Amino acid sequence: MKYLHLVWAALLRRRTRTVFTLLSVLAAFLLFGLLDSVHSAFTVGSRDVAGVDRLVTVSKVSFILSLPKSLYERIQAVPGVRAVSYANWFGGIYQDPKNFFPNEAVAPNFLSLYPEWVLPQAERQAFRDTRTGAVVGASLARQFGWKVGDKIPLQATIFPQKDGSNTWTFDLVGIYHASDPKLVSAENLFFFNWDYFDEARQFGNGNIGWYITQVADPREADRVAQKIDDLSFDSDHETKTQSEQAFNVAFVSQFADIGLIVGAIMGAVFFTLILLTGNTMAQAVRERIPELAVLKTIGFSNASVLSLVLAEAVALLLSGAVLGLLLAGVVVAAVRLKMGTALPLDPVGRDIWLQGLALAVVVGLIVGALPALRGMRLRIVDALSGR
Amino acid sequence: MSTLVEIRNLSKVYTRGTERLEVLHHVNLDIERGDFLALMGPSGSGKTTLLNLIGGLDSPTDGSIAVDGKRIDALGEGALARWRAAHVGFVFQFYNLLPMLSARKNVELPLLLTHLSAAARKRNAAVALELVGLKDRAAHKPAELSGGQQQRVAIARAIVSDPTLLVCDEPTGDLDRQSASEILTLLQQLNSEHGKTVIVVTHDPKAAEYARHTLHLDKGTLVEGGGAPAGAVASA
Repeated sequence: MKYLHLVWAALLRRRTRTVFTLLSVLAAFLLFGLLDSVHSAFTVGSRDVAGVDRLVTVSKVSFILSLPKSLYERIQAVPGVRAVSYANWFGGIYQDPKNFFPNEAVAPNFLSLYPEWVLPQAERQAFRDTRTGAVVGASLARQFGWKVGDKIPLQATIFPQKDGSNTWTFDLVGIYHASDPKLVSAENLFFFNWDYFDEARQFGNGNIGWYITQVADPREADRVAQKIDDLSFDSDHETKTQSEQAFNVAFVSQFADIGLIVGAIMGAVFFTLILLTGNTMAQAVRERIPELAVLKTIGFSNASVLSLVLAEAVALLLSGAVLGLLLAGVVVAAVRLKMGTALPLDPVGRDIWLQGLALAVVVGLIVGALPALRGMRLRIVDALSGR
Repeated sequence: MSTLVEIRNLSKVYTRGTERLEVLHHVNLDIERGDFLALMGPSGSGKTTLLNLIGGLDSPTDGSIAVDGKRIDALGEGALARWRAAHVGFVFQFYNLLPMLSARKNVELPLLLTHLSAAARKRNAAVALELVGLKDRAAHKPAELSGGQQQRVAIARAIVSDPTLLVCDEPTGDLDRQSASEILTLLQQLNSEHGKTVIVVTHDPKAAEYARHTLHLDKGTLVEGGGAPAGAVASA
């Protein structure tokens, strides 16, 4: 700690350069915070331990192909199955295509398979009792200012009504909350009653988008999944049953490999950052060779000089990382407030902070290594004489 | 007086590419404790090299240097750094203060290598600054001080850890006559009143007049004249 003022003095020697370098570090970690937040939001479903006892069954050929409703009773009869429900993607638009959120028609018992979504009993009952009833996540309701009792029109993009109308009007009867803050990104869903959907849609009546099966014992999930798929083996509607986590990952992967994209962007950003700050550190140390020589003359050891330069690089990176992650936190909070769930973002939490700070230390050590070695190895008499 | 610095058969050779340059050639020299010695000689005569070797900044190619009975030519880099921190104060021509630190913080630098508390470091630095007449400039950065004042800060830094030996390389080379005189008088005081052994490299005969003895170097060897101390011998 007694050397800290030396580290800051070195950083403040060229204030303008330090400020610009700090800004570039800040920008990199702001991006890191934002992208990690997006990545986290997209993968939260795959990490959701609440779903370990749920299986999802879709068409083996393609997720968009439907399955017969006759499978419902047959799946229920598979040993080890506790409950079965089903749903169908609706793809409706609220007012403007920019207002995207997932909306699905679900079976009456659907919500009972998701105890992590907290819905008052009265609203749960109202959902069962109201043919045009819908429930939405709290984030989604907040985003559009919806409250229970509102009528919400959605424009169908796939399923027109039998009368040719594309407008489906729903009665909002419930608003659910995620029981765990980590699952808050699941509060952007819109569910409505299957019966209303199936009776009113122009085509596909009686068909199911996907089945959700709750198993009695998660350790038996693989066996149950295989039994479910065996039901339709060698038929025209062969199925693929997998854990809900695996299904979520596969679903997100249909849009893009978020992890790969985030990794590629961050790789490019941090590679550039290493070059930039590495050059800055090299320049800063080159300018201070006589000063480092003076420190060694006074009696500072090679290890002390090495540590001072490394500490300088790490301090620069850590300062920029802290500022960048703080700013990312503010930006994410502001975006979540403004856009709700239209843009999936997880709060910049402890994990992102720990990863960011660890990354800052690693990058600091990398960019400080060569200049620090140069400082450590300098010969006092050569440095003092300007050689 | 006892011998503080004992140099025997000291040689220093620099190699630049294929060129081999012998800067010091079999130098023998004794410097008494409490002496104020001026090393003079033309450029390239080896006086700064000799000073660097005595101060433990460089290692000889051949021969031995003992300071206060300790063979510093045999010390490794780490041990030599620790020895310098404990026994030698350095004063350079261009002061070599750290520009971002105040005068007090510059003076405190050698004390960072000790186990002194922050309060003790601050107290000792204040005493050293008072000794060089800059108590009221403690909070000033080097750029806010004149050349003479900066050199005084450098001297305060050199004496703050109470070293046995002060080595000064052209300490007045960048100063006007008045400031140079003040600095040399200060070094004289440190020698006579505080018992510091002072070795000064200088080109300036007037600066050398402040020393008790003067030695001349020419082409890497000590030459007679200029009031050499009894122990100083020119190389063969």
